[in-house]
Amino acid sequence: MSVWARIAGWAALLFGLLYFIVPLGGLFEFSLKARRGVYSLDAYAKVIGDAEFQATFTYSVVMALVTIAVGVLIVVPTAFWVRLKMPWARPYVEFITLLPLVIPAIVIVFGYIRLYNTSSWLPMTGSVTGTNLLLAMGYTVLALPYMYRAVDTGLRTIDVATLTEAAQSLGAGWIGILGRVILPNVIPAVLSGAFLTFAIVIGEFTLAALLDRPAFGPYLQRIGANKPYEPFALSVIAFAITWACMGLIQLVTRFSKHSKAAR
Amino acid sequence: MSFVPSTRRLPLTWVGLAPFLIFITLFLILPTAHIVIGAFQDRDGGFTLQNLRDLNTGTIPSSYWISVKISVASASLGCLIGFAMAAAVTFGAVPRWIKAPLMTFSGVASNFAGVPLAFAFLATFGPVGLVTLFLRNNFGIVLSRDLGFNILSFWGLTVTYLFFQIPLMILIITPALEGLRREWREAAEVLGATGLQYWRMIALPILFPSLLGTFALLFANAFGAVATAIALTGSALNIVPIQLFAQIRGDVLGNPNLGYAMAFGMIVVTAVANVLYIWLRIRAERWLK
Repeated sequence: MSVWARIAGWAALLFGLLYFIVPLGGLFEFSLKARRGVYSLDAYAKVIGDAEFQATFTYSVVMALVTIAVGVLIVVPTAFWVRLKMPWARPYVEFITLLPLVIPAIVIVFGYIRLYNTSSWLPMTGSVTGTNLLLAMGYTVLALPYMYRAVDTGLRTIDVATLTEAAQSLGAGWIGILGRVILPNVIPAVLSGAFLTFAIVIGEFTLAALLDRPAFGPYLQRIGANKPYEPFALSVIAFAITWACMGLIQLVTRFSKHSKAAR
Repeated sequence: MSFVPSTRRLPLTWVGLAPFLIFITLFLILPTAHIVIGAFQDRDGGFTLQNLRDLNTGTIPSSYWISVKISVASASLGCLIGFAMAAAVTFGAVPRWIKAPLMTFSGVASNFAGVPLAFAFLATFGPVGLVTLFLRNNFGIVLSRDLGFNILSFWGLTVTYLFFQIPLMILIITPALEGLRREWREAAEVLGATGLQYWRMIALPILFPSLLGTFALLFANAFGAVATAIALTGSALNIVPIQLFAQIRGDVLGNPNLGYAMAFGMIVVTAVANVLYIWLRIRAERWLK
């Protein structure tokens, strides 16, 4: 490794790190400037006290939890069944789960609006509950690539066939096998997928805005247009949530590795 | 021909996939198909290619052109910077321990597109942002006047997109760089190759499919980004996702089927980029076994 290569390496790394750190620093610094001349947490106090923030944030958290529940209910049985009974179908299922990365979210929601409008065969956008349900389904689709990958990787580390036969010989039905044998064994993988889903849903903008639901993402965009400091404080909060989710994924992954080494 | 009663039951294993297939059909396949079919229909439902022809009218071609330019710019710069950073940590130009935290950070940052990202860049490069004020107070440089830089513009959006493009590049290219064997380099050196010759004639040709494939992925990634663009520029910049957003909200084109055609165009662009990525990745993996 020559001196020049080392210098170039350091230069690239430092440039990149500055690129990542400066905007985060700029955001944080700006969010503290609500009071003239001194740094203060005024902007944070204001947004956290804002009733609309509380409402939209709660809405997005509930949405994220519903999305995780629906995602787990769909992905875990499917990935399990494919591994156990239809290994030949794995590439096809995997391909389908990757489609949401290919089709832009804005196109998917465009389809929802036109396909499930009030005059269609399934008028989901006609009622509030229906639209909420549609949004949850849309989020499940967006999270599908990450959820499926996480769970499928988790299933790879356990012997699905043997566990299933053992459970069956003890008299367990399919629901018992899935809920009491398979799920506990892949819980770290499910949690990784769940945290990533949470991070995606909490700040999502496009779907919520176009389906006109009171979620955190559209709220943030809206007050960005007419409040000076609050949107920046909110963005810091959103960053912190994303980081917390990613930190939890690391923690869960590391924890599961330790438990395996101890066996 | 005698009739033999079959003891085999109907194959029912596919029933286990039914919930998944129903879900995917209802919430991914049918909505997308509806858009694609709509792109080829006129107002009365008859088949037509007029919508696709109409894509060449009004502001639509220019919005596609700006979108493509932004995607190309952010994907090229993202590839370049991400490659340099990944190479620095992979080939030991910087201490080894930096690699793990950098990969973790890249995993987070590559997922961090959206409204908060737009505000981070507004707070940094906006009219009263951290860097803007720092340059003005300490060096007397006014970003918008002296460097012609405005965050609500082509370059502003490109610079913002780079925040998730660079980490994505690092995540994807690092395994490819790790696949370069030490023996190849040693063999080249034994045969008298210089460092430059090794890169030009061995490493880059091997990495080429990975590089081009990742470029395609980054391109699609930028092309489909909606939230960052809307939060950053509002409707100031005429790019495809913003125009489609306005069309879905209020039919600004005055022709619903033209909106379908625009969405169809988006699918085509991102699909081509992704197919290119997958194909090149399969090619690249031949060397990485």
